[in-house]
This record gives sequence, C-alpha cells and structure tokens, in this order.
Amino acid sequence: MSRMSRKEADVRRILEEPQPPVPRDLYADAVRRGGRMLRRRTAARRLMWLVLFAAAVAFIVWASIAQPWVEPPSETTPPLTGW
Amino acid sequence: MRERGASQSARRAREFEAFVAGAAGRLLHAATLLTAEPPDDNPRARRLLTAALAHTYASWDRLRGEDPYDRTRQQLAVRFARGAWHQYGGLGWTHPRSRAKPAGVLNCLTPQERLILVLRMYEGVAEEQAAALLGLPTERVRAICARAMATLLHPPRETAPAIAEVAPS
Repeated sequence: MSRMSRKEADVRRILEEPQPPVPRDLYADAVRRGGRMLRRRTAARRLMWLVLFAAAVAFIVWASIAQPWVEPPSETTPPLTGW
Repeated sequence: MRERGASQSARRAREFEAFVAGAAGRLLHAATLLTAEPPDDNPRARRLLTAALAHTYASWDRLRGEDPYDRTRQQLAVRFARGAWHQYGGLGWTHPRSRAKPAGVLNCLTPQERLILVLRMYEGVAEEQAAALLGLPTERVRAICARAMATLLHPPRETAPAIAEVAPS
C-alpha cells in the first residue's frame, strides 16, 4: 500500500511540474464563443416555437374548412325516393 | 423582460470572469498534459480549453448549483476523447505518432492513458466517475491507470511502439 502511494506521489509530482502561462485572451474568446452558442440556442428555440405555432394555426384553419368530423354523404347507396 | 435579460447576462459575465480567473491556470495545465504539448507552446490545449469554457459559459444559467469547474473538466475530457478518436483514426487509442518537436512529460503515453492518468492523478477524480465519464468499466480504468503510471515512472525503450501495435486494442 505504501509502495503504491509513493508511486502515486511520484506521478503527481511529475504531473505538477510545468505550469503553462494562461493566455490573456482566453476569457474573451470563451465569452465570445459561449455567447454565440447562447444566441444560436435562443434563435433555434424561437424558430421551433414559431414552426409549432404556424403548424397549429394551419391545422386549425384546415380543420375548420375540411371539417373531417362531419360524416360524408353516402356514395354507394342510391337515394331512397318514392315509397 | 429585456432589462431582466441584460442584468442576468451581466451577472453571468461577472461570475464567469471570476471563475475563469480562478480556474483557468489549473484547467490549462490539465489540457496541456492531455495533449502532451510543451507548456510554452500549447495551441491545441488552448483550443480545447476555450471550447470547454465556452460551453460552460453557454450553460452557466442552467448549472443549478452544479460545480462549473467539474462541468468544464468533463467537457475537456469528452472533447479530448472525441478529438483523439478523429485525429488518430479508427479506435483512436493507438500510440501517438513520433514527433520531432519537443513535447510534454506525458508524450510516451497513449491519449487514453494520458486522459485517465490526468483525470485520476492530477484532478483526483474517483475511479467510478472517470469510468462513467468515459464509458469504460471501472476495472479497465484501474488497469489503464496502473499501466500509465508504470510507463511514466519507467519509460520504455525504443521497442515499445512495436509491442503496442501487436497488442489487440
């Protein structure tokens, strides 16, 4: 166990060694790209709602014109007349 | 409505700036270890970190108490795994191509070994979490970590890549 933890400590020391300098424009770049992602998401959400709304309106208009719930007049039986 | 959005965006920018100021150094170091680039010349690590931070910024308002550092590290690991997959082709975990330019301390390891070693040893992520993040069994993560530690402490000679090629992945 102690051998293992010593090995782990060695590895951790190797990993800790070089500290790269943080570039100054990292924050600005991240905010720019993140903001672009946010705007795209907002636009996609808006577009989705718009399409949904348009589909609902189109369905209502079609239903009120076609009235699919009304039974269509019979076409196979001749009209019953004269009895 | 617009005013609320503006104040929310200002608050997000402020909090995010504080987060980046505190965490960027450590995250960039982790990214540089992952890409095995030298500390003073790490364009790929910077690209990785910028993408991961951008993702964190975009989902900042929906974190709901989740640790942004944790989220960014997760993004970093996932993006690196995906990038290694595309860059090296096929299974993506083959040995890195030999490079002429100077490289980081982890250059003798495969991308997968680097990823698991950095997650486990540098970031201190639990075995189960690392396994869940990478979609591997816990035993496999433990085995890869042990192998990576052994390789790092006792670097192989020139014959190592030949052995790695024969081994089934």
